[in-house]
Amino acid sequence: MPLDRPGLRRGVTQGGLQVLDLQAKELAKRFGSGAPVFSGLEFSITQGDCVALVGANGTGKSTLLRCCLGLIAPDAGEVSLLGEKLTDLGGAARRALRARTGLVGQKHNLVPRLSVLSNVIHGLLGRHSGPRYWMQGLAPAEARTAAMATLTKVGLADLALRRADQLSGGQSQRVAIARALVGNPRFLVADEPCASLDPQAGEEVMALFMSLVKREGVTVLFTSHNVQHALSYGDRILGLQGGRIAIDAASADVTPKEMAQLYA
Amino acid sequence: MHNPSHPLPHRFARPGGLGFVSYVVVALVVLWSLEGAGWSMDRLLSSPPKLADFFSRAWPPSTHNLDRLAWKMVETLQIAVAGAAIGIVLSLPIALLAARNVLVGRGINQVVRVLLGFIRAVPDLAWALVFVVAVGLGPFAGMLAIAIDTIGFCGRFFADDMENTDPGPAEALTATGAKRIDIAASAIIPAAMPAFISTSLFGLEKAVRSSTILGLVGAGGIGIELKVGFDLFDYPTALTVILMIAVVVIGVEQIGAVLRQKIIGTAR
Repeated sequence: MPLDRPGLRRGVTQGGLQVLDLQAKELAKRFGSGAPVFSGLEFSITQGDCVALVGANGTGKSTLLRCCLGLIAPDAGEVSLLGEKLTDLGGAARRALRARTGLVGQKHNLVPRLSVLSNVIHGLLGRHSGPRYWMQGLAPAEARTAAMATLTKVGLADLALRRADQLSGGQSQRVAIARALVGNPRFLVADEPCASLDPQAGEEVMALFMSLVKREGVTVLFTSHNVQHALSYGDRILGLQGGRIAIDAASADVTPKEMAQLYA
Repeated sequence: MHNPSHPLPHRFARPGGLGFVSYVVVALVVLWSLEGAGWSMDRLLSSPPKLADFFSRAWPPSTHNLDRLAWKMVETLQIAVAGAAIGIVLSLPIALLAARNVLVGRGINQVVRVLLGFIRAVPDLAWALVFVVAVGLGPFAGMLAIAIDTIGFCGRFFADDMENTDPGPAEALTATGAKRIDIAASAIIPAAMPAFISTSLFGLEKAVRSSTILGLVGAGGIGIELKVGFDLFDYPTALTVILMIAVVVIGVEQIGAVLRQKIIGTAR
């Protein structure tokens, strides 16, 4: 169950102004010569907010998430992440910015033959480069301690040395969450984090994920096909339809009918 | 029961115009190649008596020089193992440069892949001749030939293996700000490791096969004994060498298959 009340706006303010962690302006993207996936998208996310991005299959949710992190370049428009324009950043500056972000994917995306602990330590690679962070056996004590502390938060400390490909789907996703959180990110993107899990495991993972990010004050942009998840865990709903933003409202103000129309 | 209102579908699709022309062209190329290769039914039909004559003169295999031949076979395996080991180790950094979207851009990928293609295009015997000229006769030249041949083989397949890994873990680490070298070492190489092991074992098998004939050009190993056996019409010794090569090559292939099964759980 969500820890916060639905619709509660938690945005951080400085001097009366809301601190924007993400600003997208006139974003457009198409693949090849096909129709645009989306165009003219404009939205912003305040620090500490948890925003649910919803829409039918093929509306470009995953593409938009990746554009927001600079993993895919938009064809037009610009993204400001944590106060920095992605287009202005060179390689090193972009990596430094990404060290304050994280991505949780629907496929967990763990390295299968490595231990759970090594996978979590990989979450520190944005801040620390080199062989000592490639696997847990080489890692410095502080990295191992931080990773174990994060594994404890997701309830998997006892599986630290288990190979990642020997975990259940729910356990894998918890490890992916631990990897995303171990570096204390300020902004997290989660692309349908429960899509590959059964309803029970999906419910547990989502509740754990949201309780952790809200406790840590992390700004979150997540996608979900589960309308209830979006309304329960998202402070705000961004609804994509036909390559445009059809809904941008506090979750408490969005009606089930409006949500249903997104998938019509 | 079949509904007679619908005609039965064709068992085989009829080739289109282009498909038909392709079949004809392939058949003509094969016939042309057979002619160029000196295909002769008369000579083929007359060969069994000659083969029987060879085997009658070669049988039983000679056991007179078994000690010397055994040591030559050990030297052959040493050439193969040392050359393959050096080749496999050097293949990894080269493959990192050849694999797309891993460490470097497309331009360097292409240059390295062309270089690997060149290495593969030159036969191992030709490399052995080159290294005999460079470092002199003996097993060292053979080992270098095996090493470079292994780089051509493993370098290309290691690169392909890395390109075929699931991009998800690499993307997740990219999103945390990891450098390309860290992503390669932490996510891509561990994910490709089963394929690396399989490719390396194939590389070792290939090296063992190659090392048995490098002696033909003076690059060490048991091949020289085969050449001498035929040159001196000592067919029993030649047959002994052939049988030893067959046993060792088949043995190494079997061990490779077992190791692949044990280590990565698949007999690719």
